[in-house]
Amino acid sequence: MMTTTASSDSTRLSVIQRLRQIRLGRWCVILIPMLWLAAFFFIPFLVVFKISLAEAMIAVPPYSPLIEWDPSNAYATLKVTFGNYLFLFESRFYLDAYLSSLRIAAVSTFFTLLIGFPIAYLIARSGPTQRTILLALVILPFWTSFLLRVYAWMALLKKNGLVNETLMAIGLIDQPLQILQTDFAVYLGIVYTYLPFMILPLYTTLEKMDMSLIEAAQDLGAKPWRAFCLVTLPLAKPGIIAGCLLVFIPAVGEFVIPALLGGSDTLMIGRVLWDEFFLNRDWPLASAVAIIMLIVLVGPIMFMRNGNKEAM
Amino acid sequence: MKGNSWALKLSAGFGFLFLYAPIIALIVYSFNESKLVTVWGGWSIKWYVELFQNEQIMNAAWVSLKIAFISATLAAVLGTLAGFVLSRMGKFTGKTIMAGWVTAPLVMPEVITGLSLLLLFVAMESMFGWPAGRGTTTIVIAHTTFCLAYVAVVVQSRLASMDDTLEEAAMDLGAKPVSLFFLVTLPLIAPAILSGWLLSFTLSLDDLVIASFVSGPGNSTLPMVIFSKVRLGVTPEINALATLMILAVSIAVIAAIVIMRRQNRFQGP
Repeated sequence: MMTTTASSDSTRLSVIQRLRQIRLGRWCVILIPMLWLAAFFFIPFLVVFKISLAEAMIAVPPYSPLIEWDPSNAYATLKVTFGNYLFLFESRFYLDAYLSSLRIAAVSTFFTLLIGFPIAYLIARSGPTQRTILLALVILPFWTSFLLRVYAWMALLKKNGLVNETLMAIGLIDQPLQILQTDFAVYLGIVYTYLPFMILPLYTTLEKMDMSLIEAAQDLGAKPWRAFCLVTLPLAKPGIIAGCLLVFIPAVGEFVIPALLGGSDTLMIGRVLWDEFFLNRDWPLASAVAIIMLIVLVGPIMFMRNGNKEAM
Repeated sequence: MKGNSWALKLSAGFGFLFLYAPIIALIVYSFNESKLVTVWGGWSIKWYVELFQNEQIMNAAWVSLKIAFISATLAAVLGTLAGFVLSRMGKFTGKTIMAGWVTAPLVMPEVITGLSLLLLFVAMESMFGWPAGRGTTTIVIAHTTFCLAYVAVVVQSRLASMDDTLEEAAMDLGAKPVSLFFLVTLPLIAPAILSGWLLSFTLSLDDLVIASFVSGPGNSTLPMVIFSKVRLGVTPEINALATLMILAVSIAVIAAIVIMRRQNRFQGP
């Protein structure tokens, strides 16, 4: 096992080394995707930062210019305001929106893990044919429209929807419950739509796990539950971390789910940004909201990158 | 399969039920005769007929399909290049940065991506006069950018797991890098590129948030039309539309799995 890995590593190096010898062509190939990503992924953040320092104006585009050129004096002034950031920190509303987004994302991530783990574990321990079928069953919803899957819950959770009708038919409740337009519906929506993102990385680590380790633990007298906590969980840690980050980070900025399933009091920062931009047309404030969200998320994103490096 | 306790099977079964119950309910109700979505009025395909007569939905579907096709193709080319550069080019200045730029779009909240691209397009228009206004072009650029990341990751992981003895042999036999790439590497990673293309196609077809930011007037994509209808409540035509989309995706996914299994059998593990 060790020797094959080593030999394939050395051959890879030599292909890489040989590709390194061609200078010009090499840089052309590197620069094409690099420049595209710089132009349309990185530079946009600088633009957002710049506009977050401007003031909202009734103009096209609706913000004040950063540099004001006075032709009479041939004199340029740099106009920078931190007013948008001050406004965000002073107002209770935005702080609450950030905190409640983080809370909703964290709680949903936990439940996604709770539901996803048994599925990933079962798939990892199934025979080859069964494994393909079960994996396909997990991947299928992942490929179908996110928007339509959120929409599917609207029909189920309505006052006279299937969930309420069923609960009333069983006799658990007499009156239809208000489920749609509550925070609960938002949690449900996030867990549901992000579940495949949790299961797939979990499955990848659990599949590689040596099952004889658990048998060994049980042979040595560990109860199944103890063997799970002491052997399975630590070994599955990379998958758990990857899955949690893949769910948590986008869930913090989620817009569609709170907009369709949440109530008017469901506070999430993605929705606040959307409203500032589309309803209030306050582009600078929306930019400041985005910059703060980025600062909050940059830690988890970097952490994910490092985790990826280890996994590869 | 022995040794899987009933508790594990039960909880996994509950998980699968959770994944599929809403989809099944949606499909069943799309055949509902009644206008009231939740009252069962017998089987009917009338909502499918209405769907195809709804010009707004059909136009938006056409716009979305066009955008998805172009974006997925561009993303497949750029993403393959990015994945190849990251796994076969060794170390170069800026590699860490590029790796970060490739992974970050996968998790970046869509509202941030959408807002930042829109502000970029507005700034570019006032500086260079391009892109003039916003519409199909700006949506294609935005979608290409985030789909590129998915393709790059799929291609990169395929290249990382692939033995490079074939590439090695081609080089020993004197293949120049360009012919090495087109004659050896590309055919080997073709399935990964194809699945990356398909993934990009569905992601582009599905995107609401980014498209809402970067599109202009008169360029509503299908998700934008769906969202504006659905916001007001559940509508039977959308049920029919959803059923058709789910059906199309299911067929594509199942076909892809069958093809991949066949290829694995030929090429070995």
